[in-house]
Amino acid sequence: MGDPAFPIRVRGLRTAFGSHVIHDGLDLEVRKGEIIGVVGGSGTGKSVLMRAIIGLQVPDAGEVEVLGQSITDAVDDDDIDIRSRWGVLFQGGALFSTLTVAENVEVPLREFYPEITDELRHEIARYKVLLSGLPAEATAKFPSELSGGMKKRAGLARALALDPELLFLDEPTAGLDPIGAAAFDQLILQLQQTLDLTVFLITHDLDTLYEICDRVAVLADRKVIAVGTIPELLATDHPWIQEYFNGPRGRAAQDAKARHAQAGNRLAVAQEDEA
Amino acid sequence: MGDATRYIACDALVGPANFPHEAGTMRALTQFQITPAPDGGGATLAFSGPMTVASVGHVDAQLRHIDDTVAVIDVSGVAVMDTVGAWTVWRLSRDHGASITGCGDSAQKLIDAISRADANAHSVRPERLPLLQRVPDKVGEVMIDLGHGIVQVIGFLGQVVLSAGTLIRHPSRFRGKALVHQMELVGVNALAIIALMSFLVGIVIAQQGSVQLRQFGAEIYTVNLVGRLTLRELGVLMTAIMVAGRSGSAFAAQIGTMKLTEEVDAMRTIGVSPMEALVVPRILATMLMLPLLGFYSSFLGIVGGAFISSLALGIPFFTFLSRIQEVVPLHDVWVGLAKAPVFGLIVALSGCYQGMQVKNNAEEVGARTTAAVVIAIFMVIVLDAFFAVFFTEIGWG
Repeated sequence: MGDPAFPIRVRGLRTAFGSHVIHDGLDLEVRKGEIIGVVGGSGTGKSVLMRAIIGLQVPDAGEVEVLGQSITDAVDDDDIDIRSRWGVLFQGGALFSTLTVAENVEVPLREFYPEITDELRHEIARYKVLLSGLPAEATAKFPSELSGGMKKRAGLARALALDPELLFLDEPTAGLDPIGAAAFDQLILQLQQTLDLTVFLITHDLDTLYEICDRVAVLADRKVIAVGTIPELLATDHPWIQEYFNGPRGRAAQDAKARHAQAGNRLAVAQEDEA
Repeated sequence: MGDATRYIACDALVGPANFPHEAGTMRALTQFQITPAPDGGGATLAFSGPMTVASVGHVDAQLRHIDDTVAVIDVSGVAVMDTVGAWTVWRLSRDHGASITGCGDSAQKLIDAISRADANAHSVRPERLPLLQRVPDKVGEVMIDLGHGIVQVIGFLGQVVLSAGTLIRHPSRFRGKALVHQMELVGVNALAIIALMSFLVGIVIAQQGSVQLRQFGAEIYTVNLVGRLTLRELGVLMTAIMVAGRSGSAFAAQIGTMKLTEEVDAMRTIGVSPMEALVVPRILATMLMLPLLGFYSSFLGIVGGAFISSLALGIPFFTFLSRIQEVVPLHDVWVGLAKAPVFGLIVALSGCYQGMQVKNNAEEVGARTTAAVVIAIFMVIVLDAFFAVFFTEIGWG
C-alpha cells in the first residue's frame, strides 16, 4: 500500500498515441496538502498526465497510484473505488448541459450517497455553489446561461461536491479576466486551506504559480524535468525553465508577486506602528 | 471465555444510531444524543463519530425532527468533520438558535466558511407553474411555436433561394467540393442499403400480389403491379424515407453540433455564409441524388419482383423485365422522377433548418434531429398524396 504522505505517485509513466510518444519514464510524487502546479509547453502532455492519473487514459507502461490505490492495475472502471475521494475540474467546466448548476453538483452526491435526503442534498448543492463564489441565483441556471468564468466556478462546485481530499484542476484560470483569475486563485487557496485539500493544478498562468502553488513540476522532454519551489527551479539551468520564468511574462509575474509581498509588509508594519 | 467477551463487546455496540452488524464492513456513522437540561431550559445535542458526507445522511432526517429546543450543540466527540458535517451543525444552530461548543480549529474554520456561504433558500430548478396553469401554458407555447415555425421555415427557404441566387451571380463562390462530398454521403454511401431494401420490397410485392391475383387467374398482372407501383410510388417514397433517416438526421445533428460549438458563428465572422457553405450544398446534393436513388430503387424493386416471379410464378426473369417495358407507361417514370427532387428538398431543408435552430444544450441536438426526421417523413407522405391526386387528374393515371 502507498505512503499516505504522497496521495499521488507516478512511476515510469509512458504514454504514446501511435508513434507519437507523449511521456516516457515520467516520475512524479505529490505531497499531501500541497498545491502542485504543473507547467510545460503546449503539447507536452499536461492534460494527458492528469487523465492518466485519474484513470481516463490507459498508459502504455508505468504505474500510477492515487491515495494508495493503483490506477494502472485496475482492470475495469469499478476497480477504482476512490472516485468519491477526488474531484476534477475540466478545462471548459464540462457541466452536464441538461441539468441546472445545483443539479450538476448533486450528481456525485446522488451517485455515491443515495441515502442523503433530498432536502440535505439541495442544501449541500446550494452552499457548495456559494462556496465556489457564485451568487445564489446561479443555482437554478442552466450551463448555457452562464459565462465562461461562471461555468468554471460551477465546475469547481461540482468537483468539491463530495468534499474530496484531492482536487484536479485543468487550467482553472485560462480564459478568465485578470480580476476574475486572481479571485479564482484566492478561492482555490482559501478552499485548500479550509478543506485541507491536495491540489493538482495544470496551468499556464504564471501569476497563479507565484500566488498559490507550493511546488511546481515542469514537464519537458517527455518527463518531469524538475519539481520544486519557484526559487529552486530558478536555480536550475535548464533553458526551458529559465525562459519560462525569466521571459518577459515571467518577470512581470515575479515583480507583481514582489510588489504584493511588499505591500503586505508595509501594511503589517503600519499596523504594528499603529498598535 | 472468548464467547462471553465477544457477546459483551457486541452488546455494547448496539444502539439506536448504530448498526453493529455493519460496523466492520460498512463505514462508521454519525451518532448523536440529546440530553435535556436539568432546569428545563434548552437541551444539549452531542455529536460523536465522524461527521462527513458519507455518514451524516443517515441521521439527517432524525435531526430535522428534533422536538426539543436545543440550546447547545456539542461537537467535541466528533472525530472528523467535512463541510457537510459543518453545514449540518451550522444549520441546527441557526434553526434552534443554539451555540456550538467543543470545536477544534479546523472544525471552527469549516463552520465559519459555511456560515458565509449560507443563503436564503433558492430552488435548484427554475420555478414551475402549478399543473392547471402549466397545461394551457404549454399548449399555448406549442401553438405559438408552430405558428412561428411555419413562418421561420418559409423564411429559411427564402434564405436558401437567396443564397442560391447569389451563387448563380457569383459562381466562383460555389462550393463544388462540398457538393460532391455531400453527394457521396447522401447518394453513393446509401446505394447498398437502398438496394437491399428495394430488392426485398420488390419480392414482397410480387409474392403477395401474385397470391391475391391468382384468385382471378390474373397472375400475369403481377408484372404490372410491381412495375407501376415501384416506378410511380414506392421507389421514390421509400428512398425519401431512407434518406430522411440517413442524411436528414445527419444534417440536423452535424449542423446542430456546429451551432453548439460556435463553428457556425465563427464562419459568419470570417465572412463565410453558413447558408452557402453548409446549407446550399446539402440541399442541392439531396435534390440531385434523390431522383437517381429513386430510379435505382425502382429498378432494384423490379429486379426483386422478377427474381421471385421466376422462382415462384414460373415467369422467366427476362420475360418479366421485357413485359415491364410493355405494361408500364413511360409517364409513370416521369411521375416518380418529378416527385424526387421535391422530396429531396423537403428532407434536406428539414434537416438543415432543424440543425440551425439548435441552441443551449446537447439535449436539443437530439430533439431537433428527431424533429427533422419525423417532419420530413410526414411532409413527404402528405405531399405524395397530393401528387398522386394531381398526376391522376392531369391524365397520367
